[in-house]
Amino acid sequence: MELNDFIKDFADQFDETDFSEFAAETKFRELEEWSSLTGLALLNMIKAKYKIHVTAEQLLKISTIGELFNFIQQ
Amino acid sequence: MISEQVYAPFSLCNKKILVTGASSGIGRAVAIECSKNGATVILTARDKARLEQTYNSLTAGDHASYCADLTDESEVQSLAGQVPQVDGIVHCAGIMETLLFQFVKKEQLQQIMEVNFLSPVLLTQHLLEQKKLRKNSSIVFISSIAGVTCSGIGNSMYSASKGAINGIIKGMALDLAPKNIRVNSVIPGMIETGFFKEGLISESQVAEDKNRYPLKRYGKPEEVAFAAIYLLSDAAGWVTGSNLLIDGGYTLL
Repeated sequence: MELNDFIKDFADQFDETDFSEFAAETKFRELEEWSSLTGLALLNMIKAKYKIHVTAEQLLKISTIGELFNFIQQ
Repeated sequence: MISEQVYAPFSLCNKKILVTGASSGIGRAVAIECSKNGATVILTARDKARLEQTYNSLTAGDHASYCADLTDESEVQSLAGQVPQVDGIVHCAGIMETLLFQFVKKEQLQQIMEVNFLSPVLLTQHLLEQKKLRKNSSIVFISSIAGVTCSGIGNSMYSASKGAINGIIKGMALDLAPKNIRVNSVIPGMIETGFFKEGLISESQVAEDKNRYPLKRYGKPEEVAFAAIYLLSDAAGWVTGSNLLIDGGYTLL
């Protein structure tokens, strides 16, 4: 699994935010478009594409895209 | 002990009731409450150990339990052959998956339709075919407000399965009325059953959701069981094709 692919999959869950705003160090909750619905979309995407079950509580403890990538890699 | 002579239109004395999904949640509560109300209960579920736990929680009586996977039609047919004649069924077996519509795939949709819609409907059909439903029987589906009056985020597949139940009970009620068999559903709002155990909804989101209910809490499995008991009892003798709403006022807003 590549970080860049993950960032692209992550960005796919957004409709308005420019791709240039997504990087490993991006604090995703600070993105204007972020909502709890985006959170659910991420969990569904990670399960579908990476076959990893991340819970909402686990996601709450993660703040950047890079941290989420590292978490699902473990 | 409730005696036949006592005025008790809501009693299930002298009734045999088949309960599916009896190993946990609403199914377990329905089984236990039915037994407390005088019914002889026939339990079925997939998980043998948990089914036994429910069986051991029943009020003493001539109850029985059958381990079966209701998504396997040959097991359904064999279950329908083994069970005695009954006076009622409560279809409680069900699954839920929180999945936003844009992620829905055929496989997941098929699975939820199979467990929540096809299995209970086909079990009923097999029981009828094998003459296991007595005249004056009552068939109760545990459905949901989702798919009947509203839906929820990530809940489209579940809603579809419950909406399908809502449709078929109306047709079943008409077709079975000549046999005086009644067909109804209970449509509860969210019930405390561990349905959120998949963890896609955080604790704070659950708290927020509870707060949307005018009665400020989720329902208890027993509260759904009491509705099912009403529909099973002679008190509901003129009730067919209906959805009994139990939602703490959720759909008022």
